[in-house]
Amino acid sequence: MRSAIHLAPAVVALTILGLAAPKLAALHAAETVDPAADARAFRNYFTGKFPKVKLEDFVNGPYSLNADMRRQWEEIEQFPPYEFSLDMGKEMFAKPFRNGKSYADCFPNQGIGIRQNYPYFDGNEGKVVTLELALNRCREANGEAPFSYVKDEMAALTAYMAFTSRGKPFDIKIPDDPRALAAYQNGKRYFYTRRGQLNFSCASCHVQEPGERIRAEVLAPALGILNAMPIYRSEWGGMGTVSRRFITCNIQTRGVPLDPQDDDYRDLEYYLSYVSNGLPISGPGARP
Amino acid sequence: MASTIRVRATSSGDTTEVQALIQHPMDSGFVKDAGGAIIPPHFIQQVTFEHDGKNVFVADWGAAVSKDPYVKFSFKGGSKGDDLKISWVDNKGATDTTTAKIQ
Repeated sequence: MRSAIHLAPAVVALTILGLAAPKLAALHAAETVDPAADARAFRNYFTGKFPKVKLEDFVNGPYSLNADMRRQWEEIEQFPPYEFSLDMGKEMFAKPFRNGKSYADCFPNQGIGIRQNYPYFDGNEGKVVTLELALNRCREANGEAPFSYVKDEMAALTAYMAFTSRGKPFDIKIPDDPRALAAYQNGKRYFYTRRGQLNFSCASCHVQEPGERIRAEVLAPALGILNAMPIYRSEWGGMGTVSRRFITCNIQTRGVPLDPQDDDYRDLEYYLSYVSNGLPISGPGARP
Repeated sequence: MASTIRVRATSSGDTTEVQALIQHPMDSGFVKDAGGAIIPPHFIQQVTFEHDGKNVFVADWGAAVSKDPYVKFSFKGGSKGDDLKISWVDNKGATDTTTAKIQ
């Protein structure tokens, strides 16, 4: 007994020595960021976990993993609850501002079929620009008041822009700019960092447990989760944007949500969209 | 202003299947807003579906029906190209009507 106690520090010392070398190597690996390899690993994780689900089906969230919910959803889709919002967005998009210009003037290709390119990294600003941010900047540049980022008008506009881009694969680019790589890395860090009283990270639910139930809900896979945005959620009784989705997730883990379009949220959207590159836009979506 | 009513009616020989979605807040009068003030009741009281001069479906609704209500039913008769008239009246006297072609 006494000798065991006496030996213990020696064992600890040995363990530290033994671990030191691989630990240093791991640290070094973390410093070299390889988004393309990340995206491959991310995709392979989900396709490996759910071998029966077709890759492009992941954009349908919980419906790709639960046959019962899928049947109900297919019926809902015959008469989708986001239709009113979509029509409103189409109307708003076509209506000129007071200065005669319109949303179409702010975007490439008149704003049609471009959802898959957002968010993008803006080299001048040195930050990530999301579609929601670009829409409000467009309004402000034309002397109009910005919309709330979470629902109603913003959801309607993004619903219309997503609808015109349906089927187009996410095409997020990370330019050769250390700030872009840093933004990507920060988004990834935010995604995997635990927070809130429940100590959940985004990944705790949407990477570790997709397809499992959390109370009555079925968790959506993180792969393709933004492709369906904005969404009509029955729980909300209305439409919500990407900003709303992030804020609600933070609140549900009993964390403190950030402001919509906070730098961290912009980076998070950048990361999550990038790793879903190649999967088709399916928004606007309907979720329970 | 776009119509608050969306309808899809399809005939399959003997019967016609109708689906409708109506945009309406359907406030029950029991809910408070963020400031603590009661949101006054505002809900649809009657929905009517009319085909060939006859009511084929009439519903008396109240505060318990959810926001943006959805209805699905089928009735005997009706053929492709027929008109189906849908209207609703709410407790504030507001109303909307639309006519859809059976497909």
